[in-house]
Amino acid sequence: MASTILAVDDSASMRQMVNFTLKGAGYQVVQAVDGVEALEYARQHAVDLVLTDVNMPRMDGITLVKELRSLPSYRYTPMLVLTTESSQDKKMQGKQAGATGWIVKPFNPDQLLATIARVL
Amino acid sequence: MSTATGNGDKRLETAEDAGQYLTFQLGREEYAVDILRVQEIKGWERATRIPHAPDYVLGVINLRGAIVPIIELRKRFRLESTEFGPTTVVIVVKVMSPRGERTVGMVVDAVCEVYNVAHANVKPPPEVGSSVDTAFVKGLATVENKMLILLDIDRLINSSMLDGVDAAA
Amino acid sequence: MSLDLEMEEIHKIFFEESFEGLDVMESRLLNLDVNADRETINSIFRAAHSIKGGAATFGFMEVSNFTHGVETLLDEMRNGTRPVTPDAIQLLLQSVDGLREMVKAVQAKQPIDTQRIAVLSDEIAQLLARHPGRPAPVAAPAAAATTAVTTAVPAPVPVVDPAPAFLQGGPGWVIDFRPHRDMLRTNNEPLRMFAELARLGALNVVAETDEVPSLESLQADECYLRWRLELAGAVEKRTVEEVFDWVDANCTIAYQYHAGGAEASAATPTPVVVAPPPVAEAAPVATAPAPAPVPVPEAAATAGAAPGPKATGGDAGSIRVSTTKVDHLINLVGELVITQSMLSRFADGCSPAELEKLREGLTQLTRNTRELQESVMQIRMLPISFAFNRFPRLVHDLSRKLGKKVELKLSGEGTELDKTVLEKISDPLVHLVRNALDHGLEKPEVRIAAGKPETGTIELAAFHEGGNIIIEVKDDGGGLHKAKILARARERGLVAADAELSDDQIHNLIFAAGFSTADSISDVSGRGVGMDVVRRNIQDLGGVVQIASHEGRGSTIRIRLPLTLAILDGQLVRVGADTYVISLVAIVETIQAQKDRLNAVPGSAELFRLRDEYIPVVRLYEMFGVEPDSRAVEDGLLVVVEAEGRRFGVLVDDLLAQQQVVIKTLETNYRQVAGVAGATILGDGTVALIIDVPGLVQVFNDSFAGRSPLAA
Repeated sequence: MASTILAVDDSASMRQMVNFTLKGAGYQVVQAVDGVEALEYARQHAVDLVLTDVNMPRMDGITLVKELRSLPSYRYTPMLVLTTESSQDKKMQGKQAGATGWIVKPFNPDQLLATIARVL
Repeated sequence: MSTATGNGDKRLETAEDAGQYLTFQLGREEYAVDILRVQEIKGWERATRIPHAPDYVLGVINLRGAIVPIIELRKRFRLESTEFGPTTVVIVVKVMSPRGERTVGMVVDAVCEVYNVAHANVKPPPEVGSSVDTAFVKGLATVENKMLILLDIDRLINSSMLDGVDAAA
Repeated sequence: MSLDLEMEEIHKIFFEESFEGLDVMESRLLNLDVNADRETINSIFRAAHSIKGGAATFGFMEVSNFTHGVETLLDEMRNGTRPVTPDAIQLLLQSVDGLREMVKAVQAKQPIDTQRIAVLSDEIAQLLARHPGRPAPVAAPAAAATTAVTTAVPAPVPVVDPAPAFLQGGPGWVIDFRPHRDMLRTNNEPLRMFAELARLGALNVVAETDEVPSLESLQADECYLRWRLELAGAVEKRTVEEVFDWVDANCTIAYQYHAGGAEASAATPTPVVVAPPPVAEAAPVATAPAPAPVPVPEAAATAGAAPGPKATGGDAGSIRVSTTKVDHLINLVGELVITQSMLSRFADGCSPAELEKLREGLTQLTRNTRELQESVMQIRMLPISFAFNRFPRLVHDLSRKLGKKVELKLSGEGTELDKTVLEKISDPLVHLVRNALDHGLEKPEVRIAAGKPETGTIELAAFHEGGNIIIEVKDDGGGLHKAKILARARERGLVAADAELSDDQIHNLIFAAGFSTADSISDVSGRGVGMDVVRRNIQDLGGVVQIASHEGRGSTIRIRLPLTLAILDGQLVRVGADTYVISLVAIVETIQAQKDRLNAVPGSAELFRLRDEYIPVVRLYEMFGVEPDSRAVEDGLLVVVEAEGRRFGVLVDDLLAQQQVVIKTLETNYRQVAGVAGATILGDGTVALIIDVPGLVQVFNDSFAGRSPLAA
């Protein structure tokens, strides 16, 4: 069965882009518009990978990763943070929160797929 | 699509005019319309009158949710009006207008036949002599020793609709 | 769908989203004057950030590059390293304008106004440079922290070991990889990293197992192993580092390069030790099996209390559907409504035994149909904030220009109406607000002299009222000057010199074509082409506009609009054999007409005395050329309608039911008809025409060519 990826981004165009790229590569994609929605979904469904933006209203990506890591069923789920901020600062926060890794925006579809292939 | 006579490639023109035609009776004449344009044939029902419309526009009917105008062809061709009888039908046709496709019903005396019309049997319309405006005729065809008047329904219907625009009061 | 089409579609979403984001930025920026709280700045930052990110991803580099400066400025503001000043807000507002133009240009595949953008970029750069004392944005503090740790934690002294045998004298790396025990928790699998390294060159992995505890004390999810990795080949250090990029906080790692050959250490890259950052060190390895739930960040906590209009664009759970699809759905539902009402009629002729069951089923169907219709209609509905959101900016800019003090009050921004209605009402609203500011409100000194507060108020309100949407534009300015309006109207020949007009009629003169009373024509409004167009636009939407004004106290313009253009609450009326539909919005009342109240003047409109008012009588059978039951006024009913700001009595034979009808256009298969707004299909399957009240009045007035009913 295809792996399910939970893609979290408040920007519809980004979600579309990620959705389009991942579906094209045969993944199942579930979309959420912010951390709150993603967390709610993740509490009730299993996903194989979480791909989240950092800056989002209501709940940001770093907090989402932290929250997810605190769930027993998400202790070992790969979580990638998608961010335009290539600064050490954000990466550090992501790691601290328990993110597996990150993808720096702007990314191209091949890059996205290659990075995901690293952890799935 | 040009249906003008005299100019242009004759063979191409007749090629366009060939094909299957549905014919109907109107007075003494038998008219023919391209069968691909015929959407359906239905019995006459009362139409809702439209204000400021020309006399040959009887009104509009509900055709499965679409509002479709009905034209009485006898009045359109300035023929003598007769009572609608048991054979009276409405031929619903699709026409191409500059604004897109239009669906319009035409009240005729009766439907007759479907004929195959070959290229060779189509002649350009005469300049005079027909009871119908030659502007609406794209050709005359002889089939089984009968003369059929091939109608240019696009031109016929579109001119009917545009007639009397804003003829208010 | 092809790749290009799909990308095109995604670009479209990006453009829409950017415009929405820019609107959010604008409205929040305008709010900053009053409310420079963190969440407001944060939301502005997020909008800029999304635009930048999207633009970069989709290759709109000019947009992305320009937004970067804006984002930096906002980042400093939200971090508190830069004060929120009116100048900065102004510059950001201008940047929003610039960005909007830029995105529009990109969308239209037109060249960008690079000059304007360059000027703005310059200004932003200057502003950014104006605080030399500020810390460098974002990157700097992090770097400083890392350095501090490097010195604080005694790093293992780098010792240049001799090249291992595995490298066989060739170039290569020796990596000392010591994961922290919790590394596995982030799902960073060492084997994955080794596999990646192996792709770069021949790899030799040596595991050190001396820290593995006895089985009973072993935690399955902790990492007790350490590795020594030997990678052959002249691989760039960056490439090697990248493999461990994600885990450098969860491990101690040392890289050592061997150039091979003569082992000329001078030429080799300096061995680097990556010190663990403070966080990893601070958390004792043994603890924290699962991090405690983290308190909700400030952003989330205050989001609900965020001031200003809500961001209406990217609401949670929203989808984007093309309007064509929705319209198709609406048409289908319309059909369903018709079918259902046809079936209801059919039930009347059924046998009593079956009838009850059929009725039951039909009641169910009716309810389901209505609910379905309502929820389908709902898809097209958008909050009026989409139209209201532009006003804070407009009022901000205009009041500066006009030297007036204004407070804008918005209410009912969440009131929803049809997308088409919303789009078409925006421009008329702008005109009305401009008018209120320009002509309505007085200058501060005038207001003070009149004993009013120096700051004027403009209120924009939207609310529901009896199946309609009401939008009010209200100002507390000088009100309409009746004498001036009347004089102007007489001068223009709009009113006969001796005509007696009620206050209402005078007020409504401002809607006449070519009417303007502004003393001087400003570039804000007052070209005199406005109000008639405003009224026409509102009428085209099936709406009605009214004005109430008190000299010295202000004016209120009230717009009544149907909720949607697809259906209409109609009154069915009968004239002879024909049924027509009149919109309930237009109907004031229906009365039995008495003959003695009718004044017939040859060659002019018949007037009916309705209480203290004379209203023209429109005989519908005459207008539409149909045969009525009776031509006598007293036999029929007068449906009093309002159009063009005054009332008319439409004479019909009888009133039938009131019902919601699905509006269908005549133009698809026929053409536009004067006085007719469209058609609908009744329960019995027949077609009824929907009367266009303003159009009908127009036809009526034209029939008395040259004679204005106002002057009658």
